[in-house]
Amino acid sequence: MLRFVVRRILQIIPTIAVVALLIFVIFSVVPGTFASSLFSDGKRAADPQLMARLNEQFGLDKPVHERFAAYISDLARLDLGTSFRTRRPVLELINDRMWASLQLAIAAMVFAIVIAVPLGFLAALRPGSVLDSLTMVGAVSGLSLPQFWLGLLLMYVFALKLNLLPSFGYGDGSLRHLILPAVTLGVTPLALLARTTRAGVLDVLNADFVRTAHSKGLSEAQVIRRHVARNALVLIITTVGLLFGSLIGQAVVIEKLFAWPGIGSLLVDSVSMRDIPVVQGTILVIVLWFLVINTAVDVVYAFIDPRIKQG
Amino acid sequence: MRFGFSFMLGATLTGLVILGGLLAPWLAHFDPVLDADLMNAELPPDWTYWFGTDAQGRDVYSRILYGAQISLTVGIVSQLINTAIGVTLGMSGAYWGGWWDDLVNGLTNVMLAIPSLIFALAVMAVLGPGLISLLIALGLTNWSWTCRIARSSTLSLKSLGYVQAAQTLGYGDTRIMFTQILPNIMGPVLVMATLGMGSAVLSEAALSFLGLGIQPPFPSWGSMLTDARQLIQLAPWTAIFPGLAIFLAVLGFNLLGDGLRDILDPHMRARKS
Repeated sequence: MLRFVVRRILQIIPTIAVVALLIFVIFSVVPGTFASSLFSDGKRAADPQLMARLNEQFGLDKPVHERFAAYISDLARLDLGTSFRTRRPVLELINDRMWASLQLAIAAMVFAIVIAVPLGFLAALRPGSVLDSLTMVGAVSGLSLPQFWLGLLLMYVFALKLNLLPSFGYGDGSLRHLILPAVTLGVTPLALLARTTRAGVLDVLNADFVRTAHSKGLSEAQVIRRHVARNALVLIITTVGLLFGSLIGQAVVIEKLFAWPGIGSLLVDSVSMRDIPVVQGTILVIVLWFLVINTAVDVVYAFIDPRIKQG
Repeated sequence: MRFGFSFMLGATLTGLVILGGLLAPWLAHFDPVLDADLMNAELPPDWTYWFGTDAQGRDVYSRILYGAQISLTVGIVSQLINTAIGVTLGMSGAYWGGWWDDLVNGLTNVMLAIPSLIFALAVMAVLGPGLISLLIALGLTNWSWTCRIARSSTLSLKSLGYVQAAQTLGYGDTRIMFTQILPNIMGPVLVMATLGMGSAVLSEAALSFLGLGIQPPFPSWGSMLTDARQLIQLAPWTAIFPGLAIFLAVLGFNLLGDGLRDILDPHMRARKS
């Protein structure tokens, strides 16, 4: 077991290294630099002397291979560089915003689980019923919904018309500020989770051991609690984990819409400012987050179902 | 072959979006960009302006029709690129095996680890906003699932009699891949491409909404929503209709993809009946 865990954790390293390389390559072909984006608004030409001085200050005048070597050696020391714009270490900027992103992701996931799991379960127990059809229609609609549009509509109804909730911002970090962005972000995982739960429960219901349980005289409730729920739970836990891993990446647009101070809005702002070290750093952190959660899911899965390890 | 409900509904919705985009010059009442008139700004829907007007007095209905052209172009072209990359890599990896397969596999795993919207965002940051950048960004970032499916389907076909017969007959590798294997893996690939079109339309809308996609004054559904954000209290129709258009278009592609899967995958059919 320990060997499996260690192996899975070690597998993160090459992936993240390739991602870091990929990000570096993409951004080293950027036409124009941060300095040029600061001054060129398309109308006036930037002062070449000033540009040269800024480029030198940011180390952008050095050849690509030197910059790459510096980037890698910094990364190895867990140094993500310094923001061009704020002159603060990227890690610090990300650290400041991580908590808000985590809060949003956790709240969205809780919202999704609380609704999706019971709904998917009930739908699977009565396949073909009205509830089942509604759940499936709702799920495919949820997957097709542009989240930021839903957010905009929720904002209109609950903040502007009914005046029940704040329309944007982090405020004092209270739950009231969290509700609208979390519900908006939670809709896609809700739809996916409802679908997976239904499919997983249906599979278990058709399994031989459930038929055996019925035939040995257990009541419907006992069969569902002891056999169906337990086995379906494995799939549900895995799905929840995977969805949670991808949530921070998906939150980018929602964070921007609700002016939520997470790493998603940091990424978008840095992209428009051409603040490359921050863009590189946030992308790396988002990917690392995804990989760590995936690994954790694999490990949990192996604990629950020992057959996986051999695979 | 029996077409299910989701296939029919999906085909209808997708057909409507395609017709709307193609016939936009005839169906639209006004020019989507040039017919701006501040005297008509923020008018609610009526008989002249079916979906109302925006802050610059442009007809929202006409802009949505032209927006369909952008969404469809992005959806179709980006999926053509994705499918070409995914199928080529997946099929050749599985067929040749060895170090090439390892490389393809590794690359796919890396791509799966980067959320596609985040990757597209990075590519857009490099290429700058605009339609061509969008096509490249969304075309390069979403091929990993197609690649996986092409790879696993090819693996299972590789050892079949007819492929080995083609080898015995002395067909070249490329010829075998394109004439013997490709036609037989097209089903699942087509399903992935259809579902991918839906997510490409969503990503285009999201990137344009963030100001990184199609630039104003061109009528992308996503950038129409960016403008609507400022107006939502005064003119909610500027937010409702473009969003509805995105929703129905994506729903169409998703239902069509699901429906195609039901038709093409005999296992699913057996389980349903």
